[in-house]
Amino acid sequence: MATRTLTIDNKETGASTQAVYEHPFIVRLCHWLNAASLFVLVGSGLQIFRAFPSFGAKIPQKNLIDWPSSLALGGWLGGALQWHLTFMWIYTATGVVYVGYQVFSGNYKQALFMRRDLAGVWPMVRHYFLFGPKPPTRDVYNPLQKHAYTAAIGLGVLSILSGLAIWKPVQFSWLAWLMGGFHLARLWHFLIMWALLAFVFGHLVMVVLHGWNNFMSMLTGWKKDPDYRSE
Amino acid sequence: MNRRELLKLTPVVALGAFALPPFQKPLLKAGLSFSDWASAKLFRTGHLAPTFNNSDLTALDKFPINNYDIDDPGVDFEKWTLTVSGALQKPGDYRLAKIQTLPRVRQNTRHVCVEGWDVIGRFGGARLSDFLQMIGADTTARFIVVECADDYYESLDMATALHPQTLLCYEMYDRPLTREHGAPLRLQIPTKIGYKQAKYLTDLKVTHVLEKVGYWEDQGYSEFYGV
Repeated sequence: MATRTLTIDNKETGASTQAVYEHPFIVRLCHWLNAASLFVLVGSGLQIFRAFPSFGAKIPQKNLIDWPSSLALGGWLGGALQWHLTFMWIYTATGVVYVGYQVFSGNYKQALFMRRDLAGVWPMVRHYFLFGPKPPTRDVYNPLQKHAYTAAIGLGVLSILSGLAIWKPVQFSWLAWLMGGFHLARLWHFLIMWALLAFVFGHLVMVVLHGWNNFMSMLTGWKKDPDYRSE
Repeated sequence: MNRRELLKLTPVVALGAFALPPFQKPLLKAGLSFSDWASAKLFRTGHLAPTFNNSDLTALDKFPINNYDIDDPGVDFEKWTLTVSGALQKPGDYRLAKIQTLPRVRQNTRHVCVEGWDVIGRFGGARLSDFLQMIGADTTARFIVVECADDYYESLDMATALHPQTLLCYEMYDRPLTREHGAPLRLQIPTKIGYKQAKYLTDLKVTHVLEKVGYWEDQGYSEFYGV
């Protein structure tokens, strides 16, 4: 896919900076809407969880953790459900628009982990975690990034499916059955949340490490001075 | 930034409104209403809730008793009747024996509480749809409203009321309902969340309009909450 690039010449120093259009508007919009709705869903989800903080029987009830209300959203079960049942639609709609756009525009090639990315995984792991040399980068995302982003989309889909199984275990009884029943669907939904939070944590660490130009690219679409050469 | 670029940011601004106190309540109310609308659309008259083997049942003493205030409102079984009124042909007081002349249905179904726990119970009773026929209810009316001996109240959409698994329940685990489970008569609706399944029924009304929805719904819970 052709990328839009800009070359900015500095007349005083004679140096020129390159800028690459990395993120189309729809992608940026979906990114921030999704970030906000994920925040609300996790916060309200933890408040909902407080009503029955267990994955065992009701009698006798063994609580898993006593999650503090101050680290949750909604104040009480009914309030949290209002947030959750509102933002699940925004979260899902954002996901549908994002995936639809990526597929139809062909932009998915930028982020989707594919077979040819396999060979590049180990050198990146060695670079990130084992002080290995930095492999040459040619694309917007390296193979490990593609892996993370692709996994995050997969987790997003699973979070919606497991949520549907909890919300409607009768109308979507086949979905609840696939999850191992209503009871397990609730556990899956909870575990998928933590997996998504682990992604968000890693994502934020990388955002901090990669600095301002990288962060701004998700606001303006343009990345100044990319560390890869655009073709 | 030009006007077109500003317009493109409308979704972000709309989301930001959720953070502003004056907008928050109506927005969340609209969101919940949308969810309820979708719930009603997803309800399928012919789709039965899964049923289970006796070996899957939660033991009766492990079946939670959730009340909003008391376990036993002290119903006098001798004098008890279900008072029926509204859009129907035969209003009046119906004794339990009269309701028990309707075909008895027994079903092992999942009871899901809004809190997140679930149990599988065995319930027996008359189909609400059979009872509605008995009293000559106008099934074009939109709602069934029930009042309870403990001042709890609930309402049910007509589609769910006519569902074949929706029971006027007088038995659990093949025995007459115990007081804490709602004797002598309760609602049992496998296609609804737990709080819809009102206990200790005293009044039943068939109506076109709702004045109030339900004890919990009127405090902000989902009005339809089909599962």
